[in-house]
Amino acid sequence: MSFSRFWFTAGFVGSVLMPGLAFAQGMMEDTTERKQPLEIWGIQFEEFEYRYSDDDEELGVWNGDFFYGTDALKVRWLTKGEYAIEEQAYEGLENQLVGQIPISTFFDAKAGVRFDTPEGPDRTYAVLGVSGLAPQWFEVDANLYVSDEGDTSAEVDAEYELLLTNYWILAATVDATVAFSEDREIGIGKGLVSTETGLRLSYDLIDRSVSPYVGVVHERKYGDSADFAESAGGSTEDWFAVIGARIAF
Amino acid sequence: MRKRLLTGLFSLFVPALVFAGEYNLTVDRVTIDTGDFIKEGIGYNGKSPGPVLRFKEGENVKINVTNNLDEMTSIHWHGLILPFQQDGVPGISFPGIKAGETFTYEFSVVQAGTYWFHSHSGFQEPDGAFGSIIIEPKGREPFRYDREYVIQLTDKHPHTGDRIMRNLKMMPDYYNREQQTVGEFFSDAKTNGLMNTLKDRMAWGDMRMMKADVEDVQGFTGMINGKGPEQNWTGLFEPGERIRLRFINSSAMTYFDVRIPGLNMTVVQADGNNVQPVNVDEFRIGVAETYDVIVRPRDAQAYTIFAESMGRSGYARATLAPKEGMEAAVPTMRKPARLTMADMGGMHGMDHGDMDHGSMNHGAMDEMDHSGMSGMDHGSMAAMDHSTHGSMGADKEKPDDPFYAKGSGIMPEAANGGKFLSYADLKAQKPLYEEREPTREIELRLTGNMERYTWSINGVKYADADPIRLQYGERVRFKFVNETMMTHPMHLHGMWSILDVGAGQWNPVKHTVSVQPGTTVFMETEVDAPGQWAFHCHLSYHAAAGMFRKVVVEGAPQASQVSAELVTNEGGGA
Repeated sequence: MSFSRFWFTAGFVGSVLMPGLAFAQGMMEDTTERKQPLEIWGIQFEEFEYRYSDDDEELGVWNGDFFYGTDALKVRWLTKGEYAIEEQAYEGLENQLVGQIPISTFFDAKAGVRFDTPEGPDRTYAVLGVSGLAPQWFEVDANLYVSDEGDTSAEVDAEYELLLTNYWILAATVDATVAFSEDREIGIGKGLVSTETGLRLSYDLIDRSVSPYVGVVHERKYGDSADFAESAGGSTEDWFAVIGARIAF
Repeated sequence: MRKRLLTGLFSLFVPALVFAGEYNLTVDRVTIDTGDFIKEGIGYNGKSPGPVLRFKEGENVKINVTNNLDEMTSIHWHGLILPFQQDGVPGISFPGIKAGETFTYEFSVVQAGTYWFHSHSGFQEPDGAFGSIIIEPKGREPFRYDREYVIQLTDKHPHTGDRIMRNLKMMPDYYNREQQTVGEFFSDAKTNGLMNTLKDRMAWGDMRMMKADVEDVQGFTGMINGKGPEQNWTGLFEPGERIRLRFINSSAMTYFDVRIPGLNMTVVQADGNNVQPVNVDEFRIGVAETYDVIVRPRDAQAYTIFAESMGRSGYARATLAPKEGMEAAVPTMRKPARLTMADMGGMHGMDHGDMDHGSMNHGAMDEMDHSGMSGMDHGSMAAMDHSTHGSMGADKEKPDDPFYAKGSGIMPEAANGGKFLSYADLKAQKPLYEEREPTREIELRLTGNMERYTWSINGVKYADADPIRLQYGERVRFKFVNETMMTHPMHLHGMWSILDVGAGQWNPVKHTVSVQPGTTVFMETEVDAPGQWAFHCHLSYHAAAGMFRKVVVEGAPQASQVSAELVTNEGGGA
C-alpha cells in the first residue's frame, strides 16, 4: 500500500488538485486554546462570618475577591464589609477594582480604584499595592491609598497558616492601617489608625471549597483615631468571637 | 474522489502484499464508576478505558473515529510512527474532529509492541478518553509467553480536568494533602533534633518550596483496566504459565510504583520496544510510559498487582488468580515521599550551604557519615544506614539510581528490599538505528513556578514560544535539565527518543522520557519524520500550563513530503 501510494504520488504529483493548499493545511498554525494564554477565574472569601463582640454587638463580616485573567494580567474585584445586624447599617463597605501583574517570582503589583460606601461619608481612593508570598510562607498584601480628599494612607495585611493536620488549619492574620494625614470626617487620625488581629481554626469540609471555622478577632483603634471614635460614642477596642467559613470556587 | 478511485484500482494490481484493517471508534460521554465515586467522563465505544486495538506490524489501518460529543475531539496514537497529519494533535497535525463528524485515520503500522491512544483535546484524556494498542510483530518475539493481559493504569479524579486546572492555578496546593504538619515537625524534632528540624523548615520556607510537593493532584482513585481497588480487576492463569503483562500508565498526573508480591517480573519491553530482559521486584512507570513484563506464577494462589503512587497518596490494585473471586493480601502504602535539597539541585540561586543536616530526617541519623551527603531522606535510608537495618547486611547495599539526584527523596526502593528497575538497566534488544555522533545538541531546561503553577521550557510557556526547528536527516541530542522540583515525563511525537543510559548502540528507544528533579538527562533523536509534531510534558496540567513545544522538521526530500500531503487529502475529507 505504501508502495502503491508512493508511485501513485510520483505519477500524479503534477496533477494533484491543490498541492499548495494541502501542504499549507498540513503545516498549520496552532490557533487552538493550547496556544492561547490560559484564562482562569476564581472566587475566594477568606472571611465570611458572624461576629459577636464583648459588648454584645453583632456583625456580619466578609472579605473576599473575584478574579479573572491570565498569568500576565488579572482583574480583581475585592470586596470587604462589616454589617451591624442590630443597627441594620454598614459600619464598613469597601470595594476595589484592580489590575494585577506579576513583578517577581512570588509577588504581584496591583493598581486600581477603591470605593468606600459605608453608613456616613463616602470616599474614593486610588490604590497601588503589592501582594504575594514572603519567605517562611507569610501571605502579604500591602496597599497605598490616596483619597479624593487628598489624604494618603497605607494598609498592610499578613496571614500565616499553621497546619495542625492536613485538614485542620489554624490561620493567624494581622491587618494594620496607617494614615499620613487626618481625615476627621471619617474618623481617621494621623499615625497608626487601627489594627485587626485574628485567629481562626478551620476544617476543610469540602475540598478547599468550604472550610468552616471558629475564631477570635481583636480590633483596636489608636491615637487620634481612637479619640475620634470615643467622642463619637464608639468603642476603641473590641473582642469578637467569630464563626464562619472560608469559601473558594 | 478521482484519486481515491485510482488508488483503489491500483491496489487491485498489487493485492495481498499487505494486510489492511478497518476499525471504528466512537467518542462518547460515559459514566465511570471507580468504586469510590461515580462520575461523568469521556470514553470510546461507550466505555472508559476504550477498547484494545489489535494491529499487525505492516498492516495498513483505517480507523473511523465518530465524535458523539458536543465539542471537538481528536485521537493521538501514542508512540506510533506515522505521517504527521495522522498524529491527531489539533492545531499541529490536523484541525481536530468536530462534534458529530467522522474522521478517518489511515496509516501503515511500521512497528510492534504495546502502545496506547488518547484524546489530545482539552482535558478529555484525564476525563477518560484513552484506550490501548497491541501490535503483533511480523517475526518471532525474543521471549515466550502463554497468555497476555493489558494492565492499563489511571488516576481517576472526582473533579473534571477543567476544574482541576483552575483549582491548581488558584491554589497550587489545592489537592496536596500530604503537606508537613505540626505533628510532623515534632516527630522530626524528636528524631533529628529541634534545631536541625527548625533549620530544615526555615531552609524550605526561605525558598517557599514544599518538601511534600511530589504529587500535584491527589484525591484520585487508582484504577486498572477501568476497575478501582475494591472492584479488583482479575486476570486468570493456570499455574506454571508465563503471563505477559502489558503495563500502560494512562494517568493524567500520577507515577506508579508497581509490584506483585510473591512474583519476580522480567521486563522485556519498554515503550513498545524490546529490551534485554531484566528481572526486577518492582518498577516505577512514568505517565504515558509502557512496560511489558513476564511473570510465571507456579502456585495455584492469587497474587496482588499493587501499584502505589510515587507520592503514596493513592494506589491501584488488581489480581492474578487461577479462579475468579480469589484474592491475595493487599499491602499498605509506604510513607509519603519527601523531597530533599538534592531534588532542588537544579534550581537557580539556591543556597546549598549548611543544608545537609536540615534536610535529613525520618531515620536514625545520628550514627551516619555525613561526608558526601547533600541531603538524605527516608527514601534512600535503608541502603545507607546499616546499623539500624542489621538484617540487610552490608553486601546488600544497592547502588543509587543514576537517573535520580544523589540523595533524592523520591529515589525508588523496592518494598521487599530487592531489585528496583532503573533506566540504567534498559538496553535495547536490537538497535533500531545505527550508532552515530549527534549532529547537534539542543538544551531544554524544564522550568516552572509552583506558586503560580506555571510550567515552561527554557522559561517560556508554549503560548509565547517559537517552534523548535529540526532539519530532516540530522541526529539531535536533547539535553533536559530539570530545574523544577517535579518529575516530568517528556514525550516527543513522531520520532523515537533514544535514551542515553551510557550503553551506546544498545541505548533503549522510548517515546516518553522521565526527567527527575535536580537531574540532567540526554536523549537522541534521528530526525526522520517530516512535518510538525508536539513535544511536551505528559502531565496533563503541566502541558496545559505551558510545558509544551511544537517541533517542525524541515528540509525533507520531496517524495516524503508529497506522500504526507496525499494522506491528508485522503484522510481529511471524511
